[in-house]
Amino acid sequence: MFYGYLDRLEDILMASYETYHHDVLVIGSGGAGLRAAIEASVAGVSVAVICRSLLGKAHTVMAEGGVAAALANVDDRDSWKVHFTDTMRGGQYLNNWRMAELHAKEAPDRVRELEAWGAVFDRTDDGKILQRNFGGHKYPRLAHVGDRTGLELIRTLQDYAIHQKIDVYQEHTIVSLLKEGEKVVGAFGYDREKGLFKVFHAKAVIMATGGMGKIYKISSNSGDCTGGGISLAYHAGAELIDMEFVQFHPTGMVWPPSVRGLLITEGVRGEGGVLRNKQGRRFMFDDIPELYKGQTSTDEEEGWRYTQGDKNAKRPPELLTRDHVARCITREIKEGRGSPHGGVYLDIAWIKEKISNASEHIKRKLPSMYHQFKELAGVDITKEPMEVGPTTHYIMGGVRVDADTQMTTVPGLFAAGECAAGLHGANRLGGNSLSDLLVFGKRAGEHAAVYAKGTKAGSVDDKQLEEIATWVLSPFERESTPTAENPFQVQSDLQEEMQKLVGIVRVESELNEAIEKIKAFRERAGHAACGGNRGFNPGWHTAIELKHMVTVAEAIALAARERKESRGGHFREDYPGKSEVFAKINVSIQKDAAGNMVVKQVPKLKIREDLQQIIDEMK
Amino acid sequence: MAKVVFNIWRTNPSGGEFRAYETDITEGMVVLDAVHQIQAEHANDLAVRWNCKAGKCGSCSAEINGHPKLMCMTRMSDMPEGKPVSIQPMKAFPVIKDLVTDVSVNYRVKKSIKKFKPRSPDAPDGTWRMAQVDIDRVQEFRKCIECFLCQDVCHVLREHALHDKFAGPRHMVYNAALEMHPLDIEDRTGDLKNAHGIGFCNITKCCTTVCPENIHITDNAIIPLKERVADKFYDPLMKLFRIFSK
Repeated sequence: MFYGYLDRLEDILMASYETYHHDVLVIGSGGAGLRAAIEASVAGVSVAVICRSLLGKAHTVMAEGGVAAALANVDDRDSWKVHFTDTMRGGQYLNNWRMAELHAKEAPDRVRELEAWGAVFDRTDDGKILQRNFGGHKYPRLAHVGDRTGLELIRTLQDYAIHQKIDVYQEHTIVSLLKEGEKVVGAFGYDREKGLFKVFHAKAVIMATGGMGKIYKISSNSGDCTGGGISLAYHAGAELIDMEFVQFHPTGMVWPPSVRGLLITEGVRGEGGVLRNKQGRRFMFDDIPELYKGQTSTDEEEGWRYTQGDKNAKRPPELLTRDHVARCITREIKEGRGSPHGGVYLDIAWIKEKISNASEHIKRKLPSMYHQFKELAGVDITKEPMEVGPTTHYIMGGVRVDADTQMTTVPGLFAAGECAAGLHGANRLGGNSLSDLLVFGKRAGEHAAVYAKGTKAGSVDDKQLEEIATWVLSPFERESTPTAENPFQVQSDLQEEMQKLVGIVRVESELNEAIEKIKAFRERAGHAACGGNRGFNPGWHTAIELKHMVTVAEAIALAARERKESRGGHFREDYPGKSEVFAKINVSIQKDAAGNMVVKQVPKLKIREDLQQIIDEMK
Repeated sequence: MAKVVFNIWRTNPSGGEFRAYETDITEGMVVLDAVHQIQAEHANDLAVRWNCKAGKCGSCSAEINGHPKLMCMTRMSDMPEGKPVSIQPMKAFPVIKDLVTDVSVNYRVKKSIKKFKPRSPDAPDGTWRMAQVDIDRVQEFRKCIECFLCQDVCHVLREHALHDKFAGPRHMVYNAALEMHPLDIEDRTGDLKNAHGIGFCNITKCCTTVCPENIHITDNAIIPLKERVADKFYDPLMKLFRIFSK
């Protein structure tokens, strides 16, 4: 104890920091962060990547189904225009149209580039990159490697990046951005191993910190997905948009409890898996939304043919967009037609009626799913159906960025990947996340480098650093105070309340309750205490992180209350229909001078006419 | 619900010791759940490395009852009933704190392996053609989640600490993924023989046994690489052939 106390005292008094200088600082080492770092290093500026965990362990490894790109290898009717239209339709037209355009146009090159860097995608019979069907995509569009596409993507980027001139800081956590006037000029963090403070000076900073699933109890996300980057950017003055749009993936595991929420890839349905309730009914046929009537099959046989590549067949309703499928599942469970552990059945084993070597086929196409169920639930998916239910998966909202450059509303601060917003509008299509990382990771790296080249290094006053350092060490000071809170307890209570009150079905009274409770959580987070010393101390890390989790929770709840309609990932029981008024706005969130979170409705960007025409032609 | 005792390695200024913690185990729990529960209830500062809790990131490697495993994929129902469970850090790497080890050597070794170098594209649009049968074996190697359990169990590294002489099973698999990549034209056999010390492996297959991705490390990666090295450096006929074909 005495030893630890001296340690702390010395650091507070001496305010000792290690200082580093880079042109471009990338915070986050998942797909977006690594792609950004590679691009910035190609531009010849000095680059550093901050990894919260070890390199190559980011949440990207968990992506399963594939990366969407209109390569047209499997169906030559595909093109960037169809991909663009699908993305806009999926996002219920709240998307930043320019991002959707750039994304659809550039994704194929980004995927081919991965192959040149060593990625080994599954192949078509003629040796090209194979593409699979996925919800909301008109044609088979997802380049994939079985059901471990994310691992392939991050490993390829990692193995390429280590041979570039990039400084990698592993197991470092950023706790605050640093500003000089309006500009972001660096970041303040610590290394996990020793808890030493590090000050990173940078001309440009790229946020690539991913999502926030861990503020919910049931989530498919990795432990690192606590919304840190969104909160850091917000506290540095950046505008957030679309925070009400959280994607609940329809198929997470529901049993056993300890793996509840773990993702089951949409690829299961892409390969012919069907959803049934306890009566054995394929309930997805009962509710096909207007927007998709024209391209959805009403016939089970035709749906099967679609999954097997019949170009003239329409898709089965299991492959409708994620928001819709998740709500249908919720309805079945709520109305008493669910499975024993509170889910519904997802059945891929039934395809043995259709193909002779079904068991082998399933194991080859969905190896991780096979192992996941076998090892964690004791279920053989080639023989029996899985029990599934919705799980918090992705946030469409995040830091507002310029479509072309990925610059946020704060000079010097860029964002890419899940922590940035715009591409996906009200709902993201499966596979559009990995392509998002690549397309906009590259753009962020490129433009951050350009910005850095035209900017002089900023400076940070000591007062700012001392304030941050004092705050970061404060959990130690609270250890034996009467109001001390266990950080893990505060975290799990927050997750519980978010799940209950700001989940898949929302209503004003509960959102009000959530907003009140979040205020109390902010208080409690301020009392979070930790013992021990600064070396690899999870209690301390969690205590600091609570600030970010609470900030993001508040932004989601406020935005959800503001949008009085149901659209995409956002469903309001008290406003179940779409509204003409809200069709034209994005909900924006920003911190005012007094430090309050301010919610605003901002008109959505007016779409370019030729793009509107493309959408109209494909309706 | 049952109470189970966990003996968890905790570091202290004089090295470390096993400390006993008791926690409730419910149906379906894995070892990592128990560690998290202990961390939340009894030991906030218990250091454990983890990310995905789904067997995909390879962060939570440790030795459970002496066996190198991922904590997130080890079910409590597979533990002997009524007995305490011991958890300690991987032995082949220096301990940072509690269950967390310094695995940085793996990152240094990987960087020393010659990077992917593709042949010129097959098609005018800059793309390649590869048959699925030709990439199946490489895809097996690319399943690796870099948990480093194979490095932990390899006696060359574990017992003899020859990290600077032998790259270890993980990096043999990485080498194999590059060497057998249909597009790759780099030659790594010289490095395999010398810098990466493939000769140190005497095929005890311990690495294969612990691989959570079931990669056939020894049979599919190391032995074929050994054959390539033998062909190149030890085959007298090939040596003559090379001399005269120069």
